[in-house]
Parts: sequence; C-alpha cells; structure tokens
Amino acid sequence: MGTSERPPPRPGDTGGGNVAVLVEEDRISVAPQWKLMWWRFRKHKVAVSAGFVIAAFYLVALLANFFAYSDPDDSRPAQSFIPPSPIQWFAEDGTFGPYVHPLVGERDFETFKKVWEADETVSIPIQLFARGYEYKLLGLFDTDIHLIGVPEGYESESTIFLLGTDNFGRDIFSRLVLATRTSLTIGLVGVFLSLVLGVTLGGISGYYGGVPDSIIQRIIEILRSVPVIPLWLGIAAALPLTWSPTRIYFSITIIISLIGWTTLGREVRGRFLQLRHEDFIMAARLCGARDGRIIRVHMVPLLTSHIIAATTLAVPLMIIAETSLSFLGLGLRPPAISWGVMLQDAQNVQTVAQAIWMLIPVAPVILAVLAFNFLGDGVRDAADPYGG
Amino acid sequence: MWAYILRRAALGVLTLFVISIISFAIIQLPPGDFVSTALAELAESGTETADEFAAQLRAEYGLDRHIVVQYGIWMGRVLQGDLGTSFFHQKPVLEVIGDRLPLSMLVSVSALVFTLLIAIPIGIYSAVRQYSAGDHIATFLGFLGLATPNFLLALVMLYAGFLWLDVSLAGLFSVEYATAPWSLAKLGDLLVHLPIPAIVLGTAGAAQLIRITRANLLDEKRQPYVTTARAKGLSNRRAIGKYPVRVAMNPVASSVGLLFPNIVSGAVIVSVVLSLPTMGPVLLSSLLSQDMYLAGAIILLLGAFTVLGVFLSDLALMWLDPRIRHGNL
Amino acid sequence: MRTDRLLSVRNLKTYFLADEGVTKAVDGVSFDVSAGRTLGIVGESGCGKSVTALSILRIVDDPGRIVDGEILLTKNDGTPVDLVTQRPNGKFMRSVRGGEIGLVFQEPMTSFSPVHTIGNQLTEAIRLHERLNKAEARERAADLLTMVGIPRPAATLDQYSWELSGGLRQRAMIAHALAPDPRLLIADEPTTALDVTTQAQILDLMMSLQEERSMAIMLITHDLGVIAETADDVVVMYLGREVEQGSVENIFYDPQHPYTRALLRSIPALDAAPKAKLPAITGSVPHPFDRPSGCSFHPRCSEAIEGLCDIEEPETWRPAEGREVVCHLFGDREMAVSIEGRRS
Repeated sequence: MGTSERPPPRPGDTGGGNVAVLVEEDRISVAPQWKLMWWRFRKHKVAVSAGFVIAAFYLVALLANFFAYSDPDDSRPAQSFIPPSPIQWFAEDGTFGPYVHPLVGERDFETFKKVWEADETVSIPIQLFARGYEYKLLGLFDTDIHLIGVPEGYESESTIFLLGTDNFGRDIFSRLVLATRTSLTIGLVGVFLSLVLGVTLGGISGYYGGVPDSIIQRIIEILRSVPVIPLWLGIAAALPLTWSPTRIYFSITIIISLIGWTTLGREVRGRFLQLRHEDFIMAARLCGARDGRIIRVHMVPLLTSHIIAATTLAVPLMIIAETSLSFLGLGLRPPAISWGVMLQDAQNVQTVAQAIWMLIPVAPVILAVLAFNFLGDGVRDAADPYGG
Repeated sequence: MWAYILRRAALGVLTLFVISIISFAIIQLPPGDFVSTALAELAESGTETADEFAAQLRAEYGLDRHIVVQYGIWMGRVLQGDLGTSFFHQKPVLEVIGDRLPLSMLVSVSALVFTLLIAIPIGIYSAVRQYSAGDHIATFLGFLGLATPNFLLALVMLYAGFLWLDVSLAGLFSVEYATAPWSLAKLGDLLVHLPIPAIVLGTAGAAQLIRITRANLLDEKRQPYVTTARAKGLSNRRAIGKYPVRVAMNPVASSVGLLFPNIVSGAVIVSVVLSLPTMGPVLLSSLLSQDMYLAGAIILLLGAFTVLGVFLSDLALMWLDPRIRHGNL
Repeated sequence: MRTDRLLSVRNLKTYFLADEGVTKAVDGVSFDVSAGRTLGIVGESGCGKSVTALSILRIVDDPGRIVDGEILLTKNDGTPVDLVTQRPNGKFMRSVRGGEIGLVFQEPMTSFSPVHTIGNQLTEAIRLHERLNKAEARERAADLLTMVGIPRPAATLDQYSWELSGGLRQRAMIAHALAPDPRLLIADEPTTALDVTTQAQILDLMMSLQEERSMAIMLITHDLGVIAETADDVVVMYLGREVEQGSVENIFYDPQHPYTRALLRSIPALDAAPKAKLPAITGSVPHPFDRPSGCSFHPRCSEAIEGLCDIEEPETWRPAEGREVVCHLFGDREMAVSIEGRRS
C-alpha cells in the first residue's frame, strides 16, 4: 500500500494524529494576520536574537546612568589612556568576591609612555547598587545609585576602568553607555520624519499614479543620485555657529530625512501599486468607498508590516549618518557624547596605536547596525504572505 | 532609444541644478555675506584690507542684488570655468583643488571596479550554490560589510597595517612621490596605493551588490527559458551561464547607478581618515574654516562627477538591456 | 499500430524529496508514444503532467528525483535505451534533449530569454546538434521560421521574443524545438496562453508538421477540446497517477473511470439545455503531499465504495490492447458484477 509520509486528514477518520493535523490547520486558517506574521517571524532564529540584542541596547539606553559607574564628563588628565582593567572575580584564597586593584602610573623613561601597574597589595571590593555620581533616573528622580561601584571612601572614577580611559582620562565604559543612549535615540526623530514623508509621498505616488507619480518618481531619482555626505557636511557647517549643538544636530537630522525618505517611499509606492490592482480594492471602489477609506481600511493594514520592516531598516542608516558626521566633527559636538563623538578622538593612527581601546565604540556601531538589519529582514520575510 | 538617453540626460541636468542650488545655499547660508566673513578673517590674521576691495568684490558678485540674480551670476561664472576664490588659501578654487579632482575620480572609479569584480562573481556563486557553505559565508560577510561604516573599516585597516605590517596604509603616494611631478614611477606608486582606499570604499557597495545579484539570479534561475535552454541540450553550466546570469545583469547594472553616489559620498569621509590627497580632506577643512566658496565649489564638482557617473551607468544599462534600447521600458 | 514504438514509459515515479517531506509528483505512470502519432496527456493542473515531461528529458529540478521506473527511448538503429539510467547531464542525455526530443512550453513569453535575439537562441539550438558554421545555421534558422509560417523570417531572427505577438512567439518556439529535427515533440500546454483563433492555428501547424516529418507528439494539456482535435491516444492523469488510457475514441465515446466521465461531463455542450448548470467535480485537487489513501480520487468520486476505495489501491484493468482503467469498479469480475447489481 502506497502511503505518503504524512497521512492526510480525512473526514470520518478516527486516528488521533489526524485530528491534531486538522486542529493545526484550523488554527492557521483562522489566525489573524499579525499572528501569522509572528509565527513566521519566530522561525527566524537570527532575527529573533537580533530583536533581543536591540531590546538590550534600548534597556541600556533607558537606564544609561544607572549602568555607568563613573561620571562620563569627569576628565582627569593625569589618568589618560589607562588600558582596560578587568574585575577580579575571585580573591587569592579562592573565595568569590569581585574586586579591583588600584592602578599606579609610572612614566617609562625610555619610551616616555605612562605605564599603569596594578597595586596588588590593595583590593577594593566591587559592590552592586553602590553610590556614585548624581543623576536623574529616567529623567525624573534624583539618585546616585549605580549598578556597580566601590565602597564609600573610594571613588569609582579613579578605581574601575573596565574598558580603559580616553585621552582626557574619562572612563570609556561609562561614556559608551551614555553614547548608546544618544546614538540610538537621536536618529529616531529622523526615522520618524522619513517614515511620514516616505509613506505619504510613496502612497500618493502609488495610489494615484499618473502625473503625481511621475513627479514624485523623478524627485526620488534625483535625490538618489546625489552624493549625500558632502551635502550633509556642507549644510551642517553652514548652520549658524551660535546654535546649540543639539539644535544643529536636529536640523541635520531633518535634512538627512529630507533626503533619506526615498527608500521607504519607493517601497510603499511599490506595495500601493501592487495592491491597487487587487480585486478586493476594486470591489471596495465599486461599492463606492472613498479613497481615504480604501487607503485606511483596506490598504494600510496590509502595509503595516512592510512599513515596520522598512522603518527597522532605516534606523541603521541614521546611526551610520550620525556616527559619520560626528566623527568628522560636523555632527554632534562635545560635550554631547555619542559613538561618533567618541570615535572622533580615535581619528589618528598614533592615538589608536597608543590606545587601541579607543576603537571600542566601533563594536556597538557594527552590532547595532547588524541587529537592526537582521531584525528588519526577518520582519520583512515574515510580512510576505507568499514567503517560505 | 534616443528618448531614453534624452530623458536620462534631462534628469541629470535637473539633478545638477538641485545640487547647484544647495551648493549656492551653503555659500550663502552663514550669517553675513561671504565677503564680510572673508574680511573678518583677513583682519583677524592681520592682513590689511581696503574697504574698496570689499566693495569691488560685492559689486562683482552682485551681493547687493536679489538672491536669484546672485545665483545667476554665480552659475554664469561657474559655467565659464570660474569657481571663485578660496579666501582661506587666497587662491582661485581651481588652483587649490589642483589634481585632487582627478584623483578623487580615480579613487571612486577604482572602488566601483573593485565592487563589481568582487560582488558579481560571489553573487553568482551564492545563487548557483544556494544554501551551500560558501553561500552562507558570503551572506554573512555581506551583512558584516553592510553594517560596517566604511570610515570605521578604514580606521581598523590603518591600525592593522600599522600594527602587523608596520607600514602606513594612508595616502595615495609614498613620501618621495607626494610632491614630485607626474612621472611613470609616480603613476606606478599610485597604483600600489590605490587598492586600500578602493577596498575600504567598495566593501559596503559590494555587500549590497552581492545580495542584489544573488536575489536576481535566484529569480531568473527559475524562469522557463532556463528549462528551454536545458531542453535544447545545453549543459547545466552553460544554460545558467549564458541565460539567467546575463538577464540578471540588468538589475545589477541599474543598481550601479545607485551605488555610485554612495561611493563618491563615502569617499569624502574615507579620504579624511586615510589622508588621501583628494577632495574630501579639502572639503572638510574648508567647511571647518568656513571657507564656503571653496566648499560650495567642491560640493558642486562632486555632484557633477556623480551625475556624470550615473548617466554613464544609464548608458551602460541601455547597452546591456535590449528592452531599453528598443524603447520597451 | 504499435510497431513503431518510439518512447515507452514504464511505471515512472518522480518524487520531490524536500526537508518537509516527500511529494510524489509522478507516482507510477506508464504509456507509449509511437512515430507519427499523438499522445495526449490530460489532467487538472498539479496532476504531474509537466513533471512527467521534465522527467523524460531528465531536467527535473532539485529536490526532484526519479525514484523508480523506466523511460525507454528507441534509438535510430532500433535498440532501446533506458533514459533513467543515463547521467542527467551527461553527453548522451544532452544529445537526446533537443536532438531526439524537442520541448515546447506553455508560456512563450518567458520561454525565450528576453535579452537574446530569437536568431541567437535558434542558431544555438541548431549548432548544438549539428556541425554548421554561423552563416549556415542562420540560413537554417530562417528556413525553420518560414516552415512554421513566420512571415518575415530574416527580420524576425534579429528580433527579441517580446517584440513578437503571442502566436508568432509560439511559432518561433516550435521552430526552436524542431531545430535539430527531433523524432518526438513534447508540447506542454502549447496553446493555453493563446487566444482561441491562434490556438487553432498553432495546433494545425503542429499537426501538419507531424505529417511532414512523421514525428511523434506528446501533447500535455488540461483542455479536452485540444485532445479531441489532435490526439490519437490519451492518458488521463490524476494526482501523479494514470487513471485511464485508451484511444481518443475510447476516451470520448466510451469513458470508464468516474474521473474521466466527470471531466467529460464538465465540458459545456452546444445542445445542453439553456441556463442549465454545468456539472463540476466536487472538491478540489488535493496537494500531492496529502494524497488520499486508497484510490486518490475517492474523496471526490460520486461512486466511491466505502471500505474499499478509501483503503485499497485499485488494480489496473486491461480490457484490450492499449486500453487501461485503474478503478475498483472494473477489472475484478466478481466485484464488477456486484457493482452492476448495486447500480441497477
């Protein structure tokens, strides 16, 4: 008897397995769109992990000052370029108790470099929820509690150097945590603007076609054949110097999104064009539904997932844009802290050769961009009802 | 065919027009006109200037006239090959730029060549051997390349060269040739230095192009004409090599038009990091010193170069795709 | 009539062995094709017709594999070769493809490469199987285009497929398939994408070419009208299996299998009562992945016998040479009698 690998569900069959199959199929056929997407998305292991990475990033961003242990602006020229010094987890007698040795710097008179040695006679214990510099938690409550710190009588600014210090002797780990907050949030404004522009213009272009479509398409083509970085730089430099760095930066963000909406615009236009010719849209139109209603009720819900995917993919572009501009000194400027601002100090090889840890901010940039790309790809695949 | 060429050319001119307006705006945007900025700077540096000179400059550039007229005057001069004077360098802009423009073009074009040489074979391999180990590696490296901003790659490569090879990978010339006049030996020296910026600049584009090539070829591989080709007795390799690969080259060619602006754009930052004697560092220093005349001119030149590149890639696409040649698209 | 047998397919099984499970696209099909005759293979979409054609040419895409059966091709000297045992991309198979067996597709639009001229693709097909220089091949190509009734052959050679009308495109495709003078032409839904007038022209063309060259044709279609007009013998397929086989007269005037009868009933007739509802086969074709047990057709069969059709696979009943019915209602005499009794 030629049996197939999986027995088919048949009415009247009492086999338990078949009932399960039936239930499974029913579950799929009645599931709402977002649920189907979620099931498909869950199968993308990489995309799901990327989602966790991004969630972790934003958790750090939200509680940046809590995770930092040293005041990121506290510069101490005497302790510049201290190499990363890990926490010691076990004491010499083997008992658990994280601690650090204080570092003592001595100038090597042959190379004129300062060499930092751990003073192993002293052990400073590391405490959880220790007191440190003061900040506003979530921008609301004054507090000085940090995730880790040192007991009273010591200050973490001169004892803990997880990732070393920069040329001003500021703690790189703490700065990195605060930079994460800036770099991951400041781009969102631009992404939101791009989103509004892209959906509106792409939607008009795709839904109405004809003359508006041609005009918008030409605009997109022009914007896409413009070398953007020189323009950003030029505009950033042309803005009045009297403006505060943040204000300048927001202006730049707006300019970036004025140029950067095109990718999203094209995507949305393509979807609208495709949907416009679907039978159910035609049916709605024949029933006398107004354009606004058709777009709102019939088209946008089907586009939401694609828009989410495209938005996710737009975030990394903003991150790279901010990093690039700040790196060149034309984006965010100190005292603001961002990944780009931090990397600006690592611009010349001599600095890097002397203190390779100045390149550490490269890692979160790449990790965040990768994670957003993977997540966006995963969402896009899950959003495609015909995808595998 | 001519309609297509005309349309693309018109679009190029329009793009250039937009870029020229932005360049002009950048020159105009800082408070006060650039003459006063220049005078202030000159005074600061102790150079004596006559008000006459200032008045003359203002009249020459029509700074007392309506902004549109000013744009017209500026554009008219640019079209005659007069890009103005850099106040910082006290020299005509063209002299400041010197052979930086051709070098910029050389770097960008080599990056594009590198991109194509790397991405197309890898993309084809990935699609033909879908889900093979090589495909997965290519996909992963592609993602990594896409996620690494090129100036960070430049930094890391500089450091690696410094640390392990004990050489400086920066610049386009060795020290002895940097200021030497052009000679065959200098050209050879240039060619030795060119790969590093080309690789740094080309990586992100290559990553993108690998994905485009792979996706398109995967689509084309399933088309009935491939079955037709196999059904007439072509070997698998030739059936795929002649037909779908060829068809998939069209979208790849059209994406070059999108890649090129990014390369020119990225070259600005990368050349700063790698201290290349190209337009990038001059643009940055001119912007930081508010030498807007120079900056505006550079932005305009880079824009013109990009538009030219995009137009040429349009022509290449037309040559590749008979559907465009015969006016079907 | 069967003396000049050209191709003989025996119990062909082509499965797609994917990670998710096995799809039995073709599951035991047997038929013969003879020179000068037309074999029609008919069935609903997804019944394995096209995979059968691709299996014969050995160009089934991964993860598809021929797992069982024989495809015997009679060579020019009269000896049979089993194509299943040949390496799919070996030299012999490549000489069979195009050389011995030509293929015409349903979609002439996408069957030609959009970026190569018709002439380029046609001369390639010619030169793959014959030593001709470019000029000679081009001349031959122009002759072929004339033969299939393309008005300006020289100009057409330099055109692209998308510059031709659908009918001309399909004519060019036939010329392409016939370029190396094959003995068997497999036409997979050759007229489905064309309008009715063009359809008739293309079928006429194929029939007249067949007469000229005493070529065998294997015509794959879901359209019983096309079969009635052109076929000599017919195989009816359902879900990768053969359900009935016979001469075209057998199938149209004396159909046995309930599926065949249902198919024939669903053709609109000119003499039917006005506004009468066209009988359709209930349900839809299951995916071959979920093939019903027993006789695959039983869930949709109005005459299915519970406890038999849904459990046991039917035997093949051969009442005459070249006539086969695969159904529990036939064959076993006692069973058949008892059925007769039940029916009356």
